[in-house]
Amino acid sequence: MSIAVAQVRRDFLVAFRARADAVHPVAFFALTVVLFGLSMGPDRQAMGELAPGMVWVLALLATMMGTDTLFRRDFEDGTLEQLLLHGRPLFVAVLAKLFAHWCVTGLVLTALSPLAGLMLQVPAEGLPALAGSLALGTPALTLIGAIAAALTVGLGRGGMLAAVIALPLFVPVLIFGAGASLAAASGASPAAEFLWLGALLAAALTLAPFAVGLALRVSQEY
Amino acid sequence: MGRFTTWFHRMGSPRWFFDLSRPWLVGFLAVGVTLLGVGTVWGLGFAPPDYQQGDSYRIIYIHVPSAHLAEALYVAMGVAGIVVLVWRMKLADMFIAVTAPVGMAVTGIALLTGAIWGRPTWGAWWVWDARTTSVLVLFFLYLGIVALRQAIPRADQAGRAAAVLAIVGTVNVPIIKYSVDWWLTLHQPASITFTAAPAMPPSMWVPLLINMVGFYALVAAFLVAGLRNEVLLREADAQWVRDWLERAS
Amino acid sequence: MADPSNEPLLCTRGLACGVNGRTLFEGVELTLSAGDLVEVRGPNGSGKTTLLRCIAGLFTEEAGSVRVRPPERPLYLGHKPGVNPMLSALENIRWYLALEGLSRDADVCRDAVDTVGLGRAGRVPCATLSAGQRRRAALARLVVTEAPLWLLDEPFSALDDAGQDLVRSLIDRHRDAGGAVLCATHEPVGLPDAGRLELPG
Repeated sequence: MSIAVAQVRRDFLVAFRARADAVHPVAFFALTVVLFGLSMGPDRQAMGELAPGMVWVLALLATMMGTDTLFRRDFEDGTLEQLLLHGRPLFVAVLAKLFAHWCVTGLVLTALSPLAGLMLQVPAEGLPALAGSLALGTPALTLIGAIAAALTVGLGRGGMLAAVIALPLFVPVLIFGAGASLAAASGASPAAEFLWLGALLAAALTLAPFAVGLALRVSQEY
Repeated sequence: MGRFTTWFHRMGSPRWFFDLSRPWLVGFLAVGVTLLGVGTVWGLGFAPPDYQQGDSYRIIYIHVPSAHLAEALYVAMGVAGIVVLVWRMKLADMFIAVTAPVGMAVTGIALLTGAIWGRPTWGAWWVWDARTTSVLVLFFLYLGIVALRQAIPRADQAGRAAAVLAIVGTVNVPIIKYSVDWWLTLHQPASITFTAAPAMPPSMWVPLLINMVGFYALVAAFLVAGLRNEVLLREADAQWVRDWLERAS
Repeated sequence: MADPSNEPLLCTRGLACGVNGRTLFEGVELTLSAGDLVEVRGPNGSGKTTLLRCIAGLFTEEAGSVRVRPPERPLYLGHKPGVNPMLSALENIRWYLALEGLSRDADVCRDAVDTVGLGRAGRVPCATLSAGQRRRAALARLVVTEAPLWLLDEPFSALDDAGQDLVRSLIDRHRDAGGAVLCATHEPVGLPDAGRLELPG
């Protein structure tokens, strides 16, 4: 357990000292929300109908971009190989790392999403479901994206390749996340989608850290 | 256990496979070409037209086998991925390397024929139908494996990375399929699907079955041929490969 | 099963590694017991680093076997320092102690940083230090670790004379305490009773 605490402490400290890195995905999200608003034309009604799904896609892309820095710095300075050698059990160490990362990306995106929804004319009754679905969905996206990030960390140009690998795997999370937000915005109950999102998150929490551990071991040898 | 392990390790030896596989290649190729010829001519020329879709349904003789194979090959890669990671069998790694581009091509055929069929049936080249959508995602899953392999210069490591990804993808294939199905029931009214005619007369489904087996055999022949190439490439420095090349030339 | 206390700290049998079918080395037989120091020598590309990484478990062998006496995991000091530049040497060593499951007592950390000669420089983010100082921050791991087997890859690189002497004294102390060291290097370590493994390349 002390590994988890030490890893989370360390990653928070690093994230705080390298604030710019942590801010990038959030800034990307905010900027793409603005670009989307500008590209939609003046029809507020149409924008409101599309926006819940759109906010979801933008949050998904921002999360994807965030996972690029997840292991890269640690790979370059060699602390990742120390983690692989000594961080026993690796499952716990990986999970701790992902938790710390999610706190500075996914959680912030979730907190900002009602604001983005408001700007894009999402009806007020849709905002809680938007934030709630992102609260369940972004950790699942971080877990899945981490697999792709781990597989490409040893390669110089990892970013786009990681996206090509991860984006198809994001499809179920997107369907239920955007589905929950759209249902709530149109006045229907999003309960079923929320249950599915929870199930996906539970599956990702139990399986993804193993895959990430395996992938990190393989990518040490590139 | 002893005998099984020996067999298993011999099976994993690229050279053993290369020595044995030539007749398999010929056999699969002969069966595949024959069955595909018979099935296609029968299906396109002699099977009765569909009472609802007319002649456009005939594309199922290509579409259904390719869509079927697209999924089967991906799952096979997932199984091979487990073999790579657990037993480090080189042949399984080569299998993934060879299967990924073939699977991608087969998935491409399924998508293309689906679109061609969709035009007269739905009046649009592309419809967000549950099956077409999950096959499209499958195409991207294949693409991911091909792209990852290409990016890693070391063959063994590329093989293990692709194995991890193939396993992750295989776990996801049913989830993706299910979620797309679920999403569709909310967004789109039921449309005509390939399974709409449960009472297909034998004159329709027998050629389909023949083509199905033919497709499997042909792809098996491609995979065996690809594996043989891959064995030669990876073992290019080995003495037995040089000997074989000398005899062959 | 041999009595664990008599089992060597490291034992490799017929170890071979390769890349893309090209063999780097093969048939490596190594046995390291308490107090042993073995230098791994060989030209560039002969696989010194790969051998060390393979023994550490960071590279998969093609044939043969590696056995490190359980339950300990070896200490590995590679080309990459294993020091996060955003953290100070002190913070880095605290994190490392937690990974190894050792006590993170403040005195232990401070002693380690003082021993490698960083002193006050051990309290600022390593990004602001010189390459040699960062290397010293990495050496702090040698001070605190309890791993009986050390795998050192070019431990003298980027270090001044005093730094190189420091590495020698750390190795000496470790051998006296019953540890063993496998060291990939271009020049002799300069310590008595050093064994030698030549990789042909």
